[in-house]
Amino acid sequence: MNQELTEKLTDLLSQVTGYIYPNEIEIHWSILIVVYPYVTGVVAGAFILASLVKVFNVEEVRPTYRLSLLTALSFLLVAPLPLNLHLGHPERAYEIFLTPNLRSAMAMFGFVYAWYLMGVLLLEIWFEYRGDLVVWSREKQFPMKWIYRLLSLFSNDISKRALEFDHKAAKAITIIGIPSAFLLHGYVGFIFGSVKANPWWSSVLMPIVFLMSAIVSGIALIIFLYMVITPIRGETIDMRCLDRLASFLFYAVIVDFSLEALDFVHRLYESEESVKILATLINQKLFMSLLIIQVLLGMIIPSAMLVAGRAWRLSEELRKLLYFTACILIQVGIFSTRWNVVIGGQLFSKSLRGLTTYKMEVIGSEGLMMALALLVLPFVILTILVKLIPPWKEASRQTS
Amino acid sequence: MFVGSVIIRTCRRKGCDMKRRDLLKNIILFIPVSGAFRATIQAAQANSDLNGYHPENHYYGMGIEVAKCIGCGKCIEACKIENNVPREPFFFRTWVERYIIKKDSSVAVESIHTGGKQPKETIEEKDILRSFFVPKTCNQCANPPCVQVCPVGATFSTDDGVVLVDRDRCIGCRYCIQACPFGARYLHPQTRTADKCTFCYHRVVKGLLPACVEVCPTQARIFGDLRSRASELVRFQRMNKIHVLKPYLNTEPKVYYSGLDGVVN
Repeated sequence: MNQELTEKLTDLLSQVTGYIYPNEIEIHWSILIVVYPYVTGVVAGAFILASLVKVFNVEEVRPTYRLSLLTALSFLLVAPLPLNLHLGHPERAYEIFLTPNLRSAMAMFGFVYAWYLMGVLLLEIWFEYRGDLVVWSREKQFPMKWIYRLLSLFSNDISKRALEFDHKAAKAITIIGIPSAFLLHGYVGFIFGSVKANPWWSSVLMPIVFLMSAIVSGIALIIFLYMVITPIRGETIDMRCLDRLASFLFYAVIVDFSLEALDFVHRLYESEESVKILATLINQKLFMSLLIIQVLLGMIIPSAMLVAGRAWRLSEELRKLLYFTACILIQVGIFSTRWNVVIGGQLFSKSLRGLTTYKMEVIGSEGLMMALALLVLPFVILTILVKLIPPWKEASRQTS
Repeated sequence: MFVGSVIIRTCRRKGCDMKRRDLLKNIILFIPVSGAFRATIQAAQANSDLNGYHPENHYYGMGIEVAKCIGCGKCIEACKIENNVPREPFFFRTWVERYIIKKDSSVAVESIHTGGKQPKETIEEKDILRSFFVPKTCNQCANPPCVQVCPVGATFSTDDGVVLVDRDRCIGCRYCIQACPFGARYLHPQTRTADKCTFCYHRVVKGLLPACVEVCPTQARIFGDLRSRASELVRFQRMNKIHVLKPYLNTEPKVYYSGLDGVVN
């Protein structure tokens, strides 16, 4: 057997406290499975923010509409990578499409993902950009001319009627897209929430909690990107937009926090047989990541910042600083939420008598560096997309 | 139609007088007949593989008489040898737990044979109320959560009631390991696929006993066919008060314990 693995597991064996089943020493879902729900969460959150403009006509946040769509796409393209890298046999991943077990929640991944990518996001982006792509294909020189022509699927009509149709189509897709985004991330929550063997995961609230935290992370990331990109472009930040985004973010954090608190209180009050080991888990293993990072730094402090900015009518500069800091803290907090669910759920034994430890690899296919690379990759894709199809120039609107 | 006309042209050239209608008639007849023929061949192949063994006539389970287990660990050893389970103390298809109930009603548990590197609690004999061993293995549940969650159907229940893993199909996602409430599964470090107890299926279909049952010196493990009233297992069920592990999870385990203490989970 692999000498390295033996040494690693022998080392872990000495850190086990209480009794764990002998097969439980190794943590099976690593940091990559923490990255996966974080990434899909951003997708769902960013899309729901975009839908505010399209479906609910929240005009203040329009400056972030296209950016939200492109962010959602960049993260969605990365979403399957951590899953694939984590498989024992990545080369057999296609089996999930060819011979899915229809009773398995995980088997639905391929279909949910494909539907969301092809049926919703790409289609909406295409309709949103089609007019612009046609205009750009006329203005630009070879080779960009041809790239835009290809991206517009060789359509050429930018008459008022055609553009109106694009607009209507994008709106219709968004309406379908909202439940789809809920499905995409609610489904990820269901993967965990439906594991009855694991009392830390098994909760009917799990999909809803995942969804709300997804909305939180999505909005926070868009605020962050908007605040970074706008000054780089030499433009001024639209404070009406920013304030409105911050209020949405605040509401989402409050709902998310309430749901998680409900889950926590419910477990404590019901006090089932797992309550002792879960209390030990929180005290010994998750104190820092759950109570300090997730709850205090990731929820309480940022929501206070978001409220303070509005309540005390602080100056624009101060508000910007507060919002910016809050968004960064929230991102760290949401990543920590994912960590606490995925890793936390594997640190205690199903015998409910002991705890094991997770030692993250640094290098290697399931290590820290890989996780960081996967977290940076969506931003690289986003940069390319923003260069290729800039979200702030509505060329077809200007010409028509 | 193109293929059809080519065949007809070839036939004409060779002097045979098959007409288009006959050809169609033959094709229509050929499809179901060849299908039936293929099915017969497949069934015959399957039968020849199993030497006339008919899975649907059996339904296996295991009985464990807790009081008889002396914790010798022969079952663990036999299983590892029989099934190429890695020797390192992190991979087990079957294992034995030692329970020590102390006078203050606290419970100390350890898995014997985990390499001895796990720090052991030293317990004074005068503090011990009672102590016993509990052999554990895959419960071959009738309602198995591992089978439910497998995204590609690599893990499945056989007609004779055994849960198996097809290692050529398993993608190594480890969802089944998460879903098993009994910790009975592990990822095989060589094959990178999920692995677990098979009741020594390769032996059972030949009428042999699983390796762990075969070597148990005290006959603490009883293997048998629940469909046969004459089987030892059915007799064991008739003669004892039976309990299964974690019944509240509704996985319907088929490893039946007699004399199981309430603290065991």
